[in-house]
Amino acid sequence: MIIQVCIGSSCHVKGSYEVKTIFENLIREHHLEDQVTLRPAFCLGNCGEGVSVKIDGTAISDVTTENAAQVFAQHVLHS
Amino acid sequence: MFFDTQVQELKYKALKEVATLAWQDNLAKGLLGAAARIVPGPQPTMRCCIYKERAIMEERLRLAMGGDETNENVIEVINIACDECPVAGVHVTESCRGCIAHRCMNACPKNAITIVDHRAHIDQEKCIECGRCVSVCPYSAIVKSTRPCENACKVGAIHMGENKKATIDNDKCIACGACVYQCPFGAIADKSYILDCIRIIRESENNTKYQVFAIAAPSISSQFHNATVEQVAAGLKALGFFNVVEVALGADMVAWREAQELAEKKFLTSSCCPAFVQYIRKNFPDMAEHISHNLSPMGEIAKYIKRIHPGCKVVFVGPCTAKKAERQLERVKDLVDCVITFEELQALFDSKGIDLTQLKGEVLDNASYFGRVFARSGGLAVAVEEALKEHGITEDQFQLNAISCNGISECKAALLRASKNVLPNNFIEGMACENGCIGGAGCITHGPKSRADVDKYGHEAMEKTIRDSIEILNF
Repeated sequence: MIIQVCIGSSCHVKGSYEVKTIFENLIREHHLEDQVTLRPAFCLGNCGEGVSVKIDGTAISDVTTENAAQVFAQHVLHS
Repeated sequence: MFFDTQVQELKYKALKEVATLAWQDNLAKGLLGAAARIVPGPQPTMRCCIYKERAIMEERLRLAMGGDETNENVIEVINIACDECPVAGVHVTESCRGCIAHRCMNACPKNAITIVDHRAHIDQEKCIECGRCVSVCPYSAIVKSTRPCENACKVGAIHMGENKKATIDNDKCIACGACVYQCPFGAIADKSYILDCIRIIRESENNTKYQVFAIAAPSISSQFHNATVEQVAAGLKALGFFNVVEVALGADMVAWREAQELAEKKFLTSSCCPAFVQYIRKNFPDMAEHISHNLSPMGEIAKYIKRIHPGCKVVFVGPCTAKKAERQLERVKDLVDCVITFEELQALFDSKGIDLTQLKGEVLDNASYFGRVFARSGGLAVAVEEALKEHGITEDQFQLNAISCNGISECKAALLRASKNVLPNNFIEGMACENGCIGGAGCITHGPKSRADVDKYGHEAMEKTIRDSIEILNF
């Protein structure tokens, strides 16, 4: 599974780094390092709705530090 | 007028015409009569007759379409535009008072000066144009006149060729473009690759076949005076780019690695100005081993974007003509697909009828203050100093003593001393253009406010340290 986190300008100023760090920690906590790859992207085409994330091709908008764990649970753990 | 000079305006008109025709798929037909559309006449305003003006415009159109393919240099002379400026050498003007001190005569190493009828007279056969008489005359009555192109070219790559036309020695030329900006007749120009840029955008089919990224040099902050940087970013997207990334982020990457490399090797010359790098390779080949092994900020950020977006295309937008030559280098050609200047970007905006002032801005914020101030002389040294600190390299381990060389003459002086082991500094920041990139030949304006614009833009960056700016890239 591949998780892409947009680090383009719009998403960057809305907190890409924090979202990426939350995902990193969750992957480690759940020992998913071998199954989940976290990757940056410079744009996922949803600049107005950042932080923008793509999980195996599914675009997810408006990811924040508050809902990142929930997004991870829904799209990674329960997929 | 957006530009500093009428010469830039003429070049812009040619670029805009070519771009407009290219977007309409109408180049072959549209070029017929293009020169007459741009120079309608009927009276000549610049040259001897309307036909010469149009013939020169034809040449400008040709350069806008990539110029002479058989010439490896990205800088070209437009022969018919060269006005064959008279070369008077050193001569005595009316201001000579016929004084009795005769400092000029005494200063001349070649005994070329005699006093005839109470006035200094220079024997042009003997004169070697050293200029010593010029500097000692108490009345400033002796002047040395050189052609503006030769005067602009501090690397001695321009001389008067056959038929008195300016000629560029490609073995010496570093493509800095100083002559392009300084020639008062616009007889030297940089080749344009706007057609490549347009083709790359169009063939992406709205970024569905592949994505096209614009990477914008930090000097962008000093260029589009009626619009904000955010509006320029929006303009780039309106042109058809998928997204815009700051080259200043590449500068942060370079500063970070260059600091490490410097602490290890104890002496380095910078890698970011391609004209400076070429100058070292051509004139101080023994010093080439000291050039930082990093790519330029353009190369670094393009490499990163290509890694995370396989198959994408990258177009550099900046102030620099030497970047056009850098792109042709073996280690860069697969990273950057096209290089255009701010002058050319203005023409592209207008060819599409994009009015920046009417656009809603798009955020452009990838880099730190330190990456952004690379655009002006002294900025790189500040960034490397910061990076050393952020790496935790103490002064006991390595103490930075940087010299910021502003313009190629200062670079030459520092390199000469370094090659003789008498330079006290351990880091040479070399910028071929006066004031750094904000003085680049591809800039729209070269105003006195440019430096302040760059610093102000630097302070607006969200990330305050180099580490914070590049940490986002590490996953």
